[in-house]
Amino acid sequence: MSARLARVALWATGVLVAAWLVAPTLVVIPLSFTDKVSLTFPPTGWSTRWYANFFSDSAWMMALANSLLVGVLVAVVATVLGTAAAFGLSRWASRRGAAVANVFLLAPMIVPGIIVAIGVYAVFLKLQLAGSLAGFVAAHTVLALPFVVTSVTAALGTFDVRLETAAASLGAGRLATFRQVTLPLIMPGVVSGALFAFVTSFDEVVVSLFIQSPTLVTLPVQMYSSVTRETDPTLAAAATMILVLTTVLVTGGLALSARRNRAR
Amino acid sequence: MAALLSPVAPGGQARTAPTPSGRSGWLARHWPFLLIVPALLVLLAVFVYPVAQTFVSAFTTPNPGMENFSWFFGSSANVAVLTRTFSTALWSTLICLALAYPYAYLMTVASPRARAALLLIVMLPFWTSLMVRTFAWLVLLQDTGVINGFLGLFGVGPFGLVRSQVGVLVGMVQILMPFMVLPLYSVMSGIDRRLLTAAQSLGARPIVALARIFVPLSLPGVAAGSTMVFITSLGFYVTPALLGSPSEALISQFMYTQVSGMLMWGRGGAMAVVLFATTLLLMGLLGLAMRAGRRRKVGAR
Amino acid sequence: MPVDRPEGGTAPTAKGARIDLRGMTKRFGASVAVDDCTLTVEPGEFMTFLGPSGSGKTTTLNMIAGFTDISAGGLEIDDLPVGGIPAHKRDIGVVFQHYALFPHMTVAQNIAFPLRQRKIPKAERQRMVAAALETVQLPDHAARYPGELSGGQQQRVALARAIVFSPRVLLMDEPLGALDRKLREFLQLEIKRIHREVGSTFVFVTHDQEEALILSDRIAVFNNAKIEQVGTAHELYERPATLFVARFLGESTILRGTARPDGAGSTLVGDGFAVRTAGRVEGGEGGTAALVVRPERLRLTTDDPAGIPSGTNAVPVTVVEEIYLGAARKLEVILPGGARGLVREQAGALSDLRVGDRATLCWHPDDGVLLPDDPTIERIFT
Repeated sequence: MSARLARVALWATGVLVAAWLVAPTLVVIPLSFTDKVSLTFPPTGWSTRWYANFFSDSAWMMALANSLLVGVLVAVVATVLGTAAAFGLSRWASRRGAAVANVFLLAPMIVPGIIVAIGVYAVFLKLQLAGSLAGFVAAHTVLALPFVVTSVTAALGTFDVRLETAAASLGAGRLATFRQVTLPLIMPGVVSGALFAFVTSFDEVVVSLFIQSPTLVTLPVQMYSSVTRETDPTLAAAATMILVLTTVLVTGGLALSARRNRAR
Repeated sequence: MAALLSPVAPGGQARTAPTPSGRSGWLARHWPFLLIVPALLVLLAVFVYPVAQTFVSAFTTPNPGMENFSWFFGSSANVAVLTRTFSTALWSTLICLALAYPYAYLMTVASPRARAALLLIVMLPFWTSLMVRTFAWLVLLQDTGVINGFLGLFGVGPFGLVRSQVGVLVGMVQILMPFMVLPLYSVMSGIDRRLLTAAQSLGARPIVALARIFVPLSLPGVAAGSTMVFITSLGFYVTPALLGSPSEALISQFMYTQVSGMLMWGRGGAMAVVLFATTLLLMGLLGLAMRAGRRRKVGAR
Repeated sequence: MPVDRPEGGTAPTAKGARIDLRGMTKRFGASVAVDDCTLTVEPGEFMTFLGPSGSGKTTTLNMIAGFTDISAGGLEIDDLPVGGIPAHKRDIGVVFQHYALFPHMTVAQNIAFPLRQRKIPKAERQRMVAAALETVQLPDHAARYPGELSGGQQQRVALARAIVFSPRVLLMDEPLGALDRKLREFLQLEIKRIHREVGSTFVFVTHDQEEALILSDRIAVFNNAKIEQVGTAHELYERPATLFVARFLGESTILRGTARPDGAGSTLVGDGFAVRTAGRVEGGEGGTAALVVRPERLRLTTDDPAGIPSGTNAVPVTVVEEIYLGAARKLEVILPGGARGLVREQAGALSDLRVGDRATLCWHPDDGVLLPDDPTIERIFT
């Protein structure tokens, strides 16, 4: 095989994979502006009626509001718990203890979602937490914790611990040191952890399918049941908005951490 | 994500700050543990306990004993679900590897700008909702969809892409691709490319140098990525439920119907045990393989 | 100064505090990093801990700062035991080799950090920051970030940050170690000036003997987790208490042999020489000893040995090396038994000797210091 041919083959594979990864998602956007009732692609005419439909349909609106609420609460709870845990892990003198705790904290990433879903469903039924806001936040927090822990742990890995010693010599106690020195310097990791926590919750389907109730449905659950029931382009409008929201959040987070890095 | 990028060296950093004096005993040494406690408690209540309880129910519900397991392994239809789950996971892994390997290699040789673009494309699925992507595939793969339309231009089809194994694989590969590309890239970018030049200077043709030097060195990434993809695909629910055929269910769909529809907690638990045991077994094998690989590397020095 | 002090201490008599180490010891597992150190640093004194790396000097500093627990023994600052007080309540300034400036704060914010911890009002704070920047001669850099400064400037900011809250003790851990030689020499003078202006007790850690000689009122020489000797630069140079101190500080000729009491002093008999010296060495009869003579105390002559006054030591040598230093020159000579000697001749009093010449090496018996021999020493230095 000549070098040129190999290069062409390599790039062809690259383009194929890139198309496979990106293209399907982009199909959703034009589809949401179709004027037809069917999901034919490409659309033949344009309208914004499916967006109007989305915002006038109380089921979709409730699902969106629930997802945003749960997502924000999960981001706050998981970020606080996960940041504290990551900091504790990095400072714990017992390295073996820290290694064991780390395995526990990351376990939800490895255990298949369906197993967690069944277990959580059984416990929530007993405690009457199924379908409750607290139940959703608790379940999603557990799934989001590993992302916060890895993200903050990575940030702490590049943090110069000696700055804490310096702060102590200048009269700052442990809490003051964390607030004024450590936290500002690991903030990019904390912010990206929070974003991942929000997106994890905002995206979660399997556990939510189990613990949903008629009074509390999240957006992915609403989409899931909508897909299985009818094929209505309102779904495409919802999908487009989720796409835009998560993209804005993630690029915003990246830009934020980039600016912080430049300031230094 | 950091964990994905460094599959070969897991675990956090081991730096510790000097312990300020002034307190003695347990608290002076172990105060950081108190910061981990809240997260561990939540995990214990909403993860460890529920999962453990599910496993226990496999042996206790409705009656103590192994009846749930004998039910599961007693019916050929049930075992077919298990083998179908494994074959789907295996196919996803193979397709992912075949596509991700050249892609990751491309990332290591591309210019910094192209590399950033390729990385961004891989990371994109992480941000985009699973539901959105599955829905998009549903639209593309339907009988009147773009792909069948494209094939129709050549007089082929239409094929029943959706509600079939093909649809499931297409959707799963897209979702799993990052889990294969990132570990591969992480390992490949650490390979000293001067070794290739050295091999060529010793008379090896470029393709031989690649096969004899680069591929063996990239095997840890292959092992980590494949395990990751295989394990993740075993537990997939949404994609097979929406893109697959109801008559060709995978184990997670089967679990859903048994528990949510028929309230057979014990049967769900038994399948959870089977799924989890398989996952642990695979992780253990990966760990052993990695350790053996490392020992060989140390021994060669 | 509205700065809170550890309670219960006696009122400081001067701006600087007295530091008493009483048998202070630090163990890490089975190894001993600092072994039973006893030392008093006087108020306002500039004390340097000098020693090779791993000798325990930085660990001692960390114990004084409160970064490391004390395993045994006591530590008092102005008669107040501080072993149980955490670092942030000790009111001790510390300057680190790696600067340890907070990268997310401006220079002014860095310097204001200790003042903020002490709840000093903003107006007062700004005044003090400006004064500290003035002291380190960086008044125009308040709004910069540490990443925009050179290494020398960063170390000045670190210094300003450590003195702005007027600590009675300032600890410096190899603060100039990361800087190049010219800058280091300049900052040594700056530190000396700031010590005079501030009046705090300074404890300075270094492995550079020249730096120690330039800066210090007194020097504590550390070796192998112990303090070998404490004294002024002059005392350490002229009257080293151990062979290690003699070898670590400055150059010397070391003659090894067997010491016998002889009148008020001793006679040292070695391979190819027998010389008289004023001191006695513990171990008495027949103990192996080492005689240390500094290069400027030695003289080379080609005169007839008969002309040398009796009582002066005289050993025949051969010149093997000449090192020209401008203001002086050093000649390396070899004794009949193979021992090497080093002679320093001031410009204006140079002999005509060249490499290969034979001569007589002379010195007065009072100019040598007789010490117990320590065969392990040579392994450290070679």
